[in-house]
Amino acid sequence: MTTTPDRSGGRLTALSAALVVARRDFSAVLFSRSFLAFLIGPLFMLAVSALASSVGQQVEQNAGRPRLGVAMAPADTAAMTAAARRIDGELDRLLPELVPLRAQPGEAPAATLAGQRGAVDAVLSGTPEHPVLTGSAGMVEAQQVPVRLIAAAALDTRPRAMPKVTLAPVAVPSGTNKIARMRTAQLGQTVLFLLTMLLAGMVLSNLVEEKANKIIEILAAAIPMDAVFLGKLFAMLAVSFVGIAVWGLAAGGVLLGGGHSLAELAAPAVGWPAFLALGVAYFAMAYLLLGAVFLTIGSMASTVREVQTLSMPVTMLQLLVFFFATAAVGAPDSWMARTAQIVPFSSPFTMLARAAMEPGLAPHLLALAWQALWVTLFVRFGAQLFRRRVLKSGPAGGAQGRSGARRWLRLGRA
Amino acid sequence: MKMDLGNWQAAGNAPDSQPVPAGAATDRPLAIEARGLVKRFDGFTAVDGVDLTVPEGAIYGVLGPNGAGKTTTLRMLLGIIDPDEGVRRVLGAERPHDVAHAIGYLPEERGLYPAMKAHEAIAFVGALRGLPLAEGRRRGKLLLEEHGLGYAADRQIRQMSKGMAQQVQILACLVHEPRLVIFDEPFSGLDALNQGKLEKMMRGLAERGTTVIFSTHVIAHAERLCDRIAIIAGGKVPFAGPVDLARDRIRPQVRLETRAAEGAWRAALPADARHDRKLDGSSFFYFPLPESGIEPLLRALIQGEAGILSLSIERAGLHDAFVAIAGEAAARALDANPEEERAR
Repeated sequence: MTTTPDRSGGRLTALSAALVVARRDFSAVLFSRSFLAFLIGPLFMLAVSALASSVGQQVEQNAGRPRLGVAMAPADTAAMTAAARRIDGELDRLLPELVPLRAQPGEAPAATLAGQRGAVDAVLSGTPEHPVLTGSAGMVEAQQVPVRLIAAAALDTRPRAMPKVTLAPVAVPSGTNKIARMRTAQLGQTVLFLLTMLLAGMVLSNLVEEKANKIIEILAAAIPMDAVFLGKLFAMLAVSFVGIAVWGLAAGGVLLGGGHSLAELAAPAVGWPAFLALGVAYFAMAYLLLGAVFLTIGSMASTVREVQTLSMPVTMLQLLVFFFATAAVGAPDSWMARTAQIVPFSSPFTMLARAAMEPGLAPHLLALAWQALWVTLFVRFGAQLFRRRVLKSGPAGGAQGRSGARRWLRLGRA
Repeated sequence: MKMDLGNWQAAGNAPDSQPVPAGAATDRPLAIEARGLVKRFDGFTAVDGVDLTVPEGAIYGVLGPNGAGKTTTLRMLLGIIDPDEGVRRVLGAERPHDVAHAIGYLPEERGLYPAMKAHEAIAFVGALRGLPLAEGRRRGKLLLEEHGLGYAADRQIRQMSKGMAQQVQILACLVHEPRLVIFDEPFSGLDALNQGKLEKMMRGLAERGTTVIFSTHVIAHAERLCDRIAIIAGGKVPFAGPVDLARDRIRPQVRLETRAAEGAWRAALPADARHDRKLDGSSFFYFPLPESGIEPLLRALIQGEAGILSLSIERAGLHDAFVAIAGEAAARALDANPEEERAR
């Protein structure tokens, strides 16, 4: 063997080193069984929620349809129920369900209603010319128009077809759909938050697994720890993009299959293409920030239990940040919104909401640069902490020493 | 390309007991130069002023009891952790990561990705050191083939025995043909057969100019392999230099066999001489060579009619030297800082 150093391929730059780690992690995660579960999990959730929503709608439709007991003369009862059946189909089951009742002669409608013990919501008596609706104030108020419609149809000897209405939807001008845009903003924030939390958890598990496999020292000896951290973050970011692509396609398929479209949401102020692009960029920043924090925590922990203990406060804090950013949506010009835009952890969420609410891309470029700066700082800090706290031997560290959690607590006191 | 690292497979279980000639490497430039390295963890001083100079092409042993600071010292040399005090220069660079492509490292706690195939694991470690992945895969397969593990090239690490995985890891830290190889406790976990193969491989590396540094607490390996050693005890280096110099630190042992057990001549022996009596009535005495030399002792024995059957002077082994040097250092450290040394 010759030992000329040039045959070894030469020194790696930090970025190349990060890519070596990222490539390994990416392919390892992508071809693992856990990734399949990771992919399928949200799809199951999506399918279950779609199913639940469909069933719920059905139940709501049936449960929400009032039942009116008809206590008229038999001929009038027949005329009323026939008329209701006739026009109900055309009104997309908007009318109440009419149930013929056999009332005792001379019985007051209120007594008839009481005798039904909740089987009907109100009692319709009198004649089609002069219908009387007996029931709770809310019920009779709500049902008076449908009853008038049915009575009119019952009196009409010549059935008339209801004319079809041609629908002509148009984009509502800006300023009039602020609430709708707020809904788009909040939806964007929620999706961003859920994805970020899911992936930050994954990167944490990945590091703990790495420590368990004792690989970390080989990595630390060969390349700077910053590159290890960055590589791991890049890998999980790439994994997340694969996940987002799969989930996005699946969700899009489900929505389109169900006859829905993005047009149902108010168009964001910056437009859909820019909003989606900013969504990806802000997701990357939010994930890299949180991922860096979680990686630092992971470097302190040596077991899954320690990870859970250490990551709980961060998770709770992130939840608070999310609520903070959500609250800021409601008051975009307030000090709270400005603060949320500046604080690195809430900035991606708040700025995404801003993209939905206000036009203009320049503030977003500034925000992305600001967040990138914080990502760099967090990665460097995490890497330094890792080197300082974890890779040490002797009684103060490692298996011979105190647990990672205790070390973390000591660090907090320092 | 032939990856000639010394044939591990063919080495057999009888390691060559001839050490690499001492001094041959001393006039070479230094692969490692460290001065006054100090590392503290939470107030505990793990390494306390370590100086090391390792010539290029040497096989250098870092010896010490458990918890002495060997691993921390090696980690500082590799740049895994930075010293709190002191300077280090590795292959001419002050930042070890700047020359990472020319260094190979086997950590004490072995680890490879369990799901990786053997040749992929080798290629990955090579890639971390700047070797293109494709070339790493090619060399990985070649190395495994040459060392009798070709059949396992496509086997996942998790499917291998601990010893086999360790061999893969050793090959992985050599795949990029480093100029400096640092092994932390390389023999632990290997059976006697593979320990012999590894010794031969290390010799092969040194013969080709690669500097080999390894830590161990098994002195026999160092005695067979090293031309220079450093003994670390209590975070300090009480001795660093040629193996012979370490042996010379303790006086040679006299082994005396006499016909009689008692007599006036016994006054010539040190009071703490060890005495064993044989069944045939003869006696053995063991004691350090007196400072006055062998001649006065010999005269006294003859004049006292000790009935000398045999007398030999045995040079101290490295094990004895290590025990004496490390023991003294530990005792000194305990006197200086009893709390810290008990923790260690």
